[in-house]
Amino acid sequence: MMQPEQTILAETAAVWNILRRVPDPEIPVLNVVEMGIVRSVEVNGNNVHVGITPTYSGCPAMDVIGDEIKRSLSQNGFAEVSVKYILSPAWTTDWLTAEAREKLRQYGIAPPEHTTAEKAALSGEGKTVTCPRCKSTHTHMVSNFGSTACKALWQCDDCKEPFDYFKCI
Amino acid sequence: MPAMSETSHTKALFEILLRLGDNSLVLGHRLSEWCSKGPILEEDLALANISLDCIGQARLLLTYAGETEGKGRSEDDLAYGRLSADYRNALLVEMPNGDFGVTIARQLYYTVFADLLYSALRQSTDAQLAGIAAKAHKEIQYHLRHCTEWTLRLGDGTEESNRRIQKGFDELWAYTGDLFATTEADTQLVQAGIIPDVAALQAAWKTQIENILSQATLTLPQGTWMQKGSRQGIHTEHLSYLLGEMQSLTRAYPGASW
Repeated sequence: MMQPEQTILAETAAVWNILRRVPDPEIPVLNVVEMGIVRSVEVNGNNVHVGITPTYSGCPAMDVIGDEIKRSLSQNGFAEVSVKYILSPAWTTDWLTAEAREKLRQYGIAPPEHTTAEKAALSGEGKTVTCPRCKSTHTHMVSNFGSTACKALWQCDDCKEPFDYFKCI
Repeated sequence: MPAMSETSHTKALFEILLRLGDNSLVLGHRLSEWCSKGPILEEDLALANISLDCIGQARLLLTYAGETEGKGRSEDDLAYGRLSADYRNALLVEMPNGDFGVTIARQLYYTVFADLLYSALRQSTDAQLAGIAAKAHKEIQYHLRHCTEWTLRLGDGTEESNRRIQKGFDELWAYTGDLFATTEADTQLVQAGIIPDVAALQAAWKTQIENILSQATLTLPQGTWMQKGSRQGIHTEHLSYLLGEMQSLTRAYPGASW
């Protein structure tokens, strides 16, 4: 028989694994853990507390993400799930893993090129963004605001395709 | 008398949170009026995105205001249940959109102010407010870049674009002083390290606006008379029309949810 502590550890790991199957509703190629949206998991008997952080203050996907987390966990036997918002530290694209960045690229979204520690990342100066389709670096920004709060609109000067760029924040 | 000072602290924090939240809400609503009417598709998306950021910031701030007040009012109760005299947003953000030049002028005046304010609020001794500010400040930097670029482009563009955006800066100038007005609540919260002294931000704001306008071959307005009153809930006539539209659904169907 497992010790209570080990049970808690095993169940916490199980919750993280379930959350890795919850896709981001706006960028379904990434799950909510890879996005860095899930910040904490606490298991206490049948009760699970999940802490999530919004990518942008006005991200309209947050309610859907909270509902999806509750639904997935309850389908897997966790009856009492509460989701709370954690604002600090503020979400940053630095939390996207190398694997997540590669998935974005394959999905057709150029991943953030810099870390936010570089000043140029936010001001946008001297930034080279690689086209996710033809790998050309001859690209230009069309607009700093795109189809969702977290993306900018770019265009490739070689293959001429417009594409989304996941902007640094 | 710890109980009494706690009450006055709560009231002061509630007032300031309403001021911050109402600024974001009213500006967010104004910018949303551009949706589907932007001059070009990319600009339509940009203004809608900035509006969305503002409304998101307002939700966080008004939720926190409701919790601080402790009377069980939600973000929706505060947004949809108050009349204009209870709103504490600055006069500037309720001014009508006008043409694109007026909107960009309003956006620059406000966003340079918000950049300075939220940068300082990140160091607030109130952890919840500091958390909201850290998030908002990142977004505001994108907004600032957007309206700075448009100011340069329109100011240093054609004779017509220069004339129109200059008109925007001139017409809105008298509403900028109100951004820096303070009340007793400011004195209390500045002492507690919760907010910066907004009046002290005015000099840096003016220098920054002057620099951008001069690069854009525009002139900083010189008027010294300033319209005030938002801190006491005295607004221009424009706010009640805005609220009339924004609150129409909840007034027609109180408590509706979907």
